[in-house]
Amino acid sequence: MKLLRTILDRVKPSFRKGARFGFLHSTFEAFDSFAFVSNATTRSGAHIRDCNDLKRVMTVVIIALLPALCFGCWNVGYQHALAFGHETTFWSLFGYGFLRVLPILLTSYIVGLGVEFVAAQLRGHEVNEGFLVTGLLIPLIMPVNIPLWMVGLATAFAVIIGKEIFGGTGMNIFNPALLARAFIFFSYPSQISGDQAWVAGLPSPSAIDAASGATPLAEAAAGHVDALPSLADLFFGFIPGSIGETSTLAILIGAVILIYTGVASWKIMLSCVVGLLATGYVLHWIGGAPYLSLPPYCHLLMGGFAFGAVFMATDPVTAAQTETGKWLYGFLIGALTILIRVFNEGYPEGMMLAILLMNAFAPLIDHYVVAAHIRRRLKRARTISNPVSLKS
Amino acid sequence: MKWTLLTDPISKNNPITVLVLGVCSALAVTVKLEPALVMSLAVTVVTACSSLILSLLRDTIPPRIRIIVQLVVVATFVIAIDQLLRAFAYDVSKQLSVFVGLIITNCIIMGRIEAFALGHKPWPSFVDGLGNGLGYGMILVVVAFIRELFGSGALLGYPVIPESWYIANGGFYANNGLMILPPMALIVVGLIIWIQRTIIRPS
Repeated sequence: MKLLRTILDRVKPSFRKGARFGFLHSTFEAFDSFAFVSNATTRSGAHIRDCNDLKRVMTVVIIALLPALCFGCWNVGYQHALAFGHETTFWSLFGYGFLRVLPILLTSYIVGLGVEFVAAQLRGHEVNEGFLVTGLLIPLIMPVNIPLWMVGLATAFAVIIGKEIFGGTGMNIFNPALLARAFIFFSYPSQISGDQAWVAGLPSPSAIDAASGATPLAEAAAGHVDALPSLADLFFGFIPGSIGETSTLAILIGAVILIYTGVASWKIMLSCVVGLLATGYVLHWIGGAPYLSLPPYCHLLMGGFAFGAVFMATDPVTAAQTETGKWLYGFLIGALTILIRVFNEGYPEGMMLAILLMNAFAPLIDHYVVAAHIRRRLKRARTISNPVSLKS
Repeated sequence: MKWTLLTDPISKNNPITVLVLGVCSALAVTVKLEPALVMSLAVTVVTACSSLILSLLRDTIPPRIRIIVQLVVVATFVIAIDQLLRAFAYDVSKQLSVFVGLIITNCIIMGRIEAFALGHKPWPSFVDGLGNGLGYGMILVVVAFIRELFGSGALLGYPVIPESWYIANGGFYANNGLMILPPMALIVVGLIIWIQRTIIRPS
């Protein structure tokens, strides 16, 4: 460790602005602060003193994502073995899945970090840690059969159009990882929906006919409510789906880590669930379509709802910032999710679109919450300064 | 006559990328290259000719009713072009649908008449209208080229991407469905504006 520090310190002067490698300033800074905690301190203004910095927050999110990633790797192997009728051990399932997931993960990181470094160099910014999480989120919300060039293209689109245009980390309006998924969803719909996308190795003539690769959400949207897997399967995640989204249990472990460390807002997670259940039960009570006969709590376990509520909706940059606003923001995400899922057959997964839509509305919610605070305080101030009006 | 009257609207004062006028038709007709070319031609003819006519009439039009007179002149040209398209290029006319009629409300045309033709002599007005039509057309053609190439894998209706590349035929490639939808046209126009501001007009 000390050796690395010495080397970094020795080459540091040549990366200063105006020095020989001055044009690589941002890149050097990025590697330096990746290896060591930055010792730069704030010089002006009032600040909260805390051991948390962007790097540590991002590290916590990555740790929270690991259960979903590990389960996702295993489930990719499991679904493949199920479809092809193989009998294998735990480790070979995990290994097969890992080898399928790793290229997607690497593509996402290489393309995304490449764009980040180039953008930071061109603008003279520092490279931010923001992409470390985005780069892990993108593979987790992709189907395993997605062609790698599509992942690369979507990642580049998300980072350039979704983030760098607005000024980089912390400035983006939409969640970049979801934007990457939305890009693929609208650009290459056949690669991210249907029966073939979710099980590694399909389509293939050797797969037995009985295996259907359709996700429970797609089955339910098609009206086959009886064909759903058991609740336990849905909860533990032995179902086809995007790599990281299937296991509600693994996501809950991540949620506990995020809430315990205070990195993500429990209010948003809770209000998402409340919004989904409230709208779901109202629709269930009204009834009508066969989809609505499904108990609403199934929606908590199906598709990407849990993953979105825990990791996507709580993104501190794109979510509502005010405490009251968080409740409204989360509630509307849950409500919109179920509306899109049930009433729009073209979009079986409503979570992505619901979060992106509410991302766009989050600043508006914050604006009105702040305006309401100001009005209330003004009213209070007026009654105090003018007590006569109380008596009249 | 100054050449800048013709070249300015094509680069430095481009009606779409700098003035951001006439964007809605630019989003609507650029899915394919052919309608975009026809639309550019139509707008160029209408802008140039109506600028010319209104510049000739500029001293006789009472200022209080000038807008209605402008509309009459522009609408005459637009209807003539619409009828011509229906007679000789029916397929393109079907693809363009209402957007030929909507040339009447295109901000570029009214903008050039109000801002230029009513205060200048006929010949410069004609050249100004021509330049603005060409500037509009250039962006339309660039956007339509990108959208048709990546969205449909074709140019002017002829397939460009080899059939064997497609996933259905065992390849790796797929057409980008987002390119066919209007949001991507907006993003492409935005990217063109970005490139123009950084390269052509460094400030």
